Amino acid sequence: MLLLITVSMAQSHAQETIYPAPAQTQTIALVHGTVHTGTGDIIKDGVVVVSGGKITKVGKYAAIADAKIIDCTGKQVYPGLITPVTDLGLNEINAVRSTQDGYELGENNSNIRSLIAYNADSKVINTLRSNGILLANVVPDGGIISGSSSVVQLDAWNWEDAAYKTDGGLHFRMPSLAVLPQRFRGSGPAGDPLKEAFERIEKVRAFFREAKAYFEEAKHVHTNVKFEAVKGLFDQSKTFFVHCDLVKEMMAAVSFAREFNFRTVIVGGAESWLITDYLKQNNIAVILGEMHSLPITQDDDVNQPYKTPGILQQAGVLFAISDTHGENRGRNLSFDAGTAAAWGLTKEQALQAITLNAAKILGIDASTGSIETGKDANIVVCDGDILDMKSSNVAYALIQGRQINLDNKHKQLYEKYKYKYSLR
Amino acid sequence: MLLLCSLALFWAGAQETFPVNGTTDPRAGYYAFINATLVKDAQTTLQNAVLVIKQGKIVSAGTNIAIPKDAVVVDLKGKYIYPSFIDLYSDYGIGSGPQQQRGFGRGSFQNVSNTKGAYGWNEALRPENDAFKLFTTNEGKAKDLRSAGFGTVLTHHQDGIARGSGALVTLGNQRENFELVKQKAAAFYSFNKGSSTQDYPNSLMGSIALLRQTYLDGQWYKTHPSTEGTNLSLEAWNDNQTIPQIFDAGDKWNDLRADKVGDEVGVQFIIKGGGNEYQRIDEIKATKAAYIIPIAFPQVLDVEDPNDARLVALSTLKHWEMAPTEPAALEKAGVNFALTTADLKDAGDFLGNLRKAIQNGLSETKALDALTKTPATLIGVYDKLGSLEPGKLANFIITSGPVFNEKTTFYQNWVQGEKYTISDNGWDDYRGNYTLAVKQNGQSKDYAVELGGKPGKITASLKAVGDTTKTDAILSISNNLVKLTWFTKPDSAAKANSGGLNSLSGAVTGTSFAGDGYNSTGSLVGWSMAFTAPYLEKADTTKKKEKETAAVKSAVTYPFVGFGWSEAPKHQDLLVKNATVWTNEKDGVLTNTDVLVKEGKIAAIGKNLTAANALVVDGTGKHLSAGIIDEHSHIAANGGINECSQSVTAEVRIADVIYPDDINIYRQLAGGVTSSHILHGSCNTIGGQTQLIKLRWGLNAEDMKFANWDPFIKFALGENVKRSYGQGNSRFPDTRMGVEQVLADEFQRAKDYQLLGPGKRRDLELDAISEILNRKRFITCHSYVQSEINMLMHVGDRFGFKVNTFTHILEGYKVADKMKAHGAAASTFSDWWAYKSEVQDAIPYNAAIMHNVGLVVAINSDDAEQARHLNQEAAKSVKYGNIAEEEALKMCTLNPAIMLHVADRTGSIKVGKDADVVLWSDNPLSIYARAEKTIVDGVVYFDLQKDSLMRQQIATERSRLIQKMVGEKKKGAKTSAPEATIDEINECEIDANIQRNMLLKGVGASAQ
Repeated sequence: MLLLITVSMAQSHAQETIYPAPAQTQTIALVHGTVHTGTGDIIKDGVVVVSGGKITKVGKYAAIADAKIIDCTGKQVYPGLITPVTDLGLNEINAVRSTQDGYELGENNSNIRSLIAYNADSKVINTLRSNGILLANVVPDGGIISGSSSVVQLDAWNWEDAAYKTDGGLHFRMPSLAVLPQRFRGSGPAGDPLKEAFERIEKVRAFFREAKAYFEEAKHVHTNVKFEAVKGLFDQSKTFFVHCDLVKEMMAAVSFAREFNFRTVIVGGAESWLITDYLKQNNIAVILGEMHSLPITQDDDVNQPYKTPGILQQAGVLFAISDTHGENRGRNLSFDAGTAAAWGLTKEQALQAITLNAAKILGIDASTGSIETGKDANIVVCDGDILDMKSSNVAYALIQGRQINLDNKHKQLYEKYKYKYSLR
Repeated sequence: MLLLCSLALFWAGAQETFPVNGTTDPRAGYYAFINATLVKDAQTTLQNAVLVIKQGKIVSAGTNIAIPKDAVVVDLKGKYIYPSFIDLYSDYGIGSGPQQQRGFGRGSFQNVSNTKGAYGWNEALRPENDAFKLFTTNEGKAKDLRSAGFGTVLTHHQDGIARGSGALVTLGNQRENFELVKQKAAAFYSFNKGSSTQDYPNSLMGSIALLRQTYLDGQWYKTHPSTEGTNLSLEAWNDNQTIPQIFDAGDKWNDLRADKVGDEVGVQFIIKGGGNEYQRIDEIKATKAAYIIPIAFPQVLDVEDPNDARLVALSTLKHWEMAPTEPAALEKAGVNFALTTADLKDAGDFLGNLRKAIQNGLSETKALDALTKTPATLIGVYDKLGSLEPGKLANFIITSGPVFNEKTTFYQNWVQGEKYTISDNGWDDYRGNYTLAVKQNGQSKDYAVELGGKPGKITASLKAVGDTTKTDAILSISNNLVKLTWFTKPDSAAKANSGGLNSLSGAVTGTSFAGDGYNSTGSLVGWSMAFTAPYLEKADTTKKKEKETAAVKSAVTYPFVGFGWSEAPKHQDLLVKNATVWTNEKDGVLTNTDVLVKEGKIAAIGKNLTAANALVVDGTGKHLSAGIIDEHSHIAANGGINECSQSVTAEVRIADVIYPDDINIYRQLAGGVTSSHILHGSCNTIGGQTQLIKLRWGLNAEDMKFANWDPFIKFALGENVKRSYGQGNSRFPDTRMGVEQVLADEFQRAKDYQLLGPGKRRDLELDAISEILNRKRFITCHSYVQSEINMLMHVGDRFGFKVNTFTHILEGYKVADKMKAHGAAASTFSDWWAYKSEVQDAIPYNAAIMHNVGLVVAINSDDAEQARHLNQEAAKSVKYGNIAEEEALKMCTLNPAIMLHVADRTGSIKVGKDADVVLWSDNPLSIYARAEKTIVDGVVYFDLQKDSLMRQQIATERSRLIQKMVGEKKKGAKTSAPEATIDEINECEIDANIQRNMLLKGVGASAQ
């Protein structure tokens, strides 16, 4: 069905005419599909009814009156995928500096906000949507405190209507605590290789101590925008995301969480499999870094990155899987989850790692992350198993009940050159 | 310390040009050392022997030698004489130049040498650099070396790839005129460009190529080519060829590389190793080279913190334990080697480390040879040095005992007949029984004194004559002055004042002591002490310290990393039963089928096969496919994947730098890869020659190479060769317009070159281009946008060559019809895009369109991680473009084999082909597929079950070594920081890519 649209536009090369869908006006019923709720349940021959942008019914198939029926026979119905850490909409072409808005100068940028730089017209966005990714947590980079991320939904005219949860997380880039050989240590003096890193960490700690005191002031003589930007951390309305991979770095992160009682999430967590009990005891969730990465050491299990999700699952640590790949630009989130399913997760657990778990970690699970009544209708319908590239073709997608256009620049160029070569 | 006579001249009646300020002081330097244990060489030890020297040379050495009356006699009873040591790898008296960082983009492009004068084109070639012209004595450093037993070093300026000649010098502090023994004693080479600021070469393979070309240029220069004028560098290069050739390789693989270059040009290098030769002893032996081996063993690492220790590779921990076994391993293998102080931070550690090597099996004879005769022989000066024979230089050391014994004191180091004291302590042996007479007011109180212990550590005790109680005393003797103190106990508690300290002071001549002092009551006394009887050395009753046979439990693995094999995996006939077999042939996918592998080949495919002696593998529910072939890989190479300097570097060869220890070989086997095409990076329009390898994990570089393949070369177009990133570019070309001209110019030059007559300068760069023109070498070209793809095909048409493969080729879909007409194949990424400007139009449907137009299409990795799941990358063409599954799998198996011209041997499951196959847990295109066994030439190089066993072994071995290190630390060993082991990971898109390494995320990694 979408082909009809795209073929007609093929020669105009018009990614620009992929319009955001209007608000839902008619009830939609997705019928006869296999519904993966994202809570671990599978409903065969199911029905999902969507009205006013919300899911109003989920269950075994039953006839629905007054609804637009979408026949999902033979198809799989999933919650919309959530990419929990991404530079989507900030960086368009990695190597072209002028297209980059993801990395700000300065050490402490707590007041930086990614949302306002989010380019809703980025050509990358549609390549993610067409692979089932409907929500994204857009994260700023740079410095040791990079600023606030916001969750956006991927069918919008601009950042205002894209915003799904605004400024929900503050991002702390933990300095490396690996004892690196001198040649990799940069210009710092020889001697204690970690001195500079710990000094940087202590500055951040001092910042939060002063921020805490600042909020106790009866009246501010000087308003401090950097402090103001972290206020939500202290009442846990905002999440503290610590980007780090090594055990020592994660432990340093937990020590922050304890001192300030922050709601803390590790981003990266390559070594999280080594300290699952510790993470669980301290109630720390993990957004795993790039699934398709090499093991940290030459002695590690060659498949360690693929097995880490299974180990976290087993231990009961809340985790999500991300796709931050710089060259495929994040479109392979579901296959990253699929790899985890090949090496230890069940398929439903793998699905949760890119839907409900991500929603919980980002603090949006009340409204999305699973196919449950009352939640936003963020839903993907796939021809086959969404985790396996060999069958992962997204047929339909709804964001807040709006059936979105799954076309993208790549499909359009495909059509253009099929036309050139008279291919079918 | 400096001797008073150091400026005196030995040469009786000697004349010299130097004027003297004062009166002359000629001396004969005539000495006779008698009663010595004389070790003339490692094989010959004489007791009660005599060594006579005169004017800096040995006159005679042996027993039954008349002692000349006019010689100064030195009694060495109980002492030993050894020839002093020789170090062939030193920068003594020269110092090394500043070492520059390699790397493109430091500033503007420097194409030729900045050296002023009529020298050669490359700043890293300094054959004209003669150490003897630079040499000045350096007493501080000389003293350190003398203290370690050295008397002679071969010193050179350790800077550059051709470093010029080294000078043989002795370690005295006379005028340089006297210390210089031989001016041009050897020529030195390395792979390290040193202080050269010139861009070329900036990779290991570039250094090797430069050496190879320079050997040719040297020959050519002998014909006095008028086009070259005077080239002082080539002149010196040629002159240096007649002296011994020493190569600083510094690592086991580099040793082999240096030797191979030598073999090509007919030179046998003496190779300075790196201390890890024991890890590949068979290959080292096969070089037939002599080695100069450092014994700078690694320090104990501070691995008490398990989270730090975790990041230190087992290979590093093992090397710590095994490094001291290196000299013994070389000896056992029959490798000829000398030892050097090189790489030691402190020459003072030399003897201690040498003892460690001896504890670990090095024989003392070999150790002494390796410090004397061997180095002297290697550089052809055994007639002057290396043993104690008449006529040789009087270079020897005098010790208290056997030279490698831990308790032995080195007393003196004589350099060309000059004495340099290392330690006086114990030189004179005062031990014995004495009578001490202490006189006060004419009264004498006598004592019997026993001086025992060791010559350097005398213990004293005395008892008053007539008394029975023995009192310990303290004796110290320095510069013939004596102190003797003891405490007299009070006669009784009541007469406490009768006790007190006796302190005597005096001098000794021979064994006769005398002086004054105070007795225990504080009265002034005189004293004398006379020798009565020799000291009877008591048998050492203290329990002999258990010999620290350091208990090295590590064993060499192949390769030397955690996942290495303890023995190279063996060949075994295999019968895979009842699998789903993806043949990649007409038969398509066969279910419930057996495949027999015999002697590394696929021997039969069918149902119900049987074979005696074959290992049966149950394939029920599993899938067997051809092994994955990665058309575009950068693993298993070291020293830089880009010769990122000139725009054309067709002469550099990946074949020179294959690196068998790369863990990514094993990791990729775990992803089903059996062959990888290792490419030069994309920094230059014409990069370097590529190498196809099979992932034979554990074998050496030569044995990993794919035999009899058609050689390829890497070309590149677009942003990378224009150097579009970073701080601007000053190297031509800066545009795609320029890229075309670089190509056209190079092919035209090659055409002209082919027509040149005899006597032409052989140019390895143009040879490679000529091979392309002659269809002996084939192009794989990094390319993205349609204009440049089109352009290269036009250049090909103009000069009569075909572009074999366009690699990456993300806009191939736009010109697929033209590529088909040209006959080019396409090797691409599945779904990469938008990481740089020239890939904005990259689409994941590229492979499908090109396939459907009729091109041979492969999916490649260019990435050590992506190569681990190329099957799934290929599967994306099912999703993006609806390619049939069988055809999709061919994109990472048969199709790359076709484009690499090896489909007759690999790439499908067909009787007679190499058994390069993978057993998968599932449909190989599925995300759920795991490679369970990866088989190359019928050998199982990866086995998922064995992998799990290996991980247990790694954990056990790591734990043992970490505990051992912690134990050493507790015992007081010096430790160094537990630095994380960093595996460098190459990628085409980036010059020296390390950012894929998780540990270096955000740490100084270069940007694209």
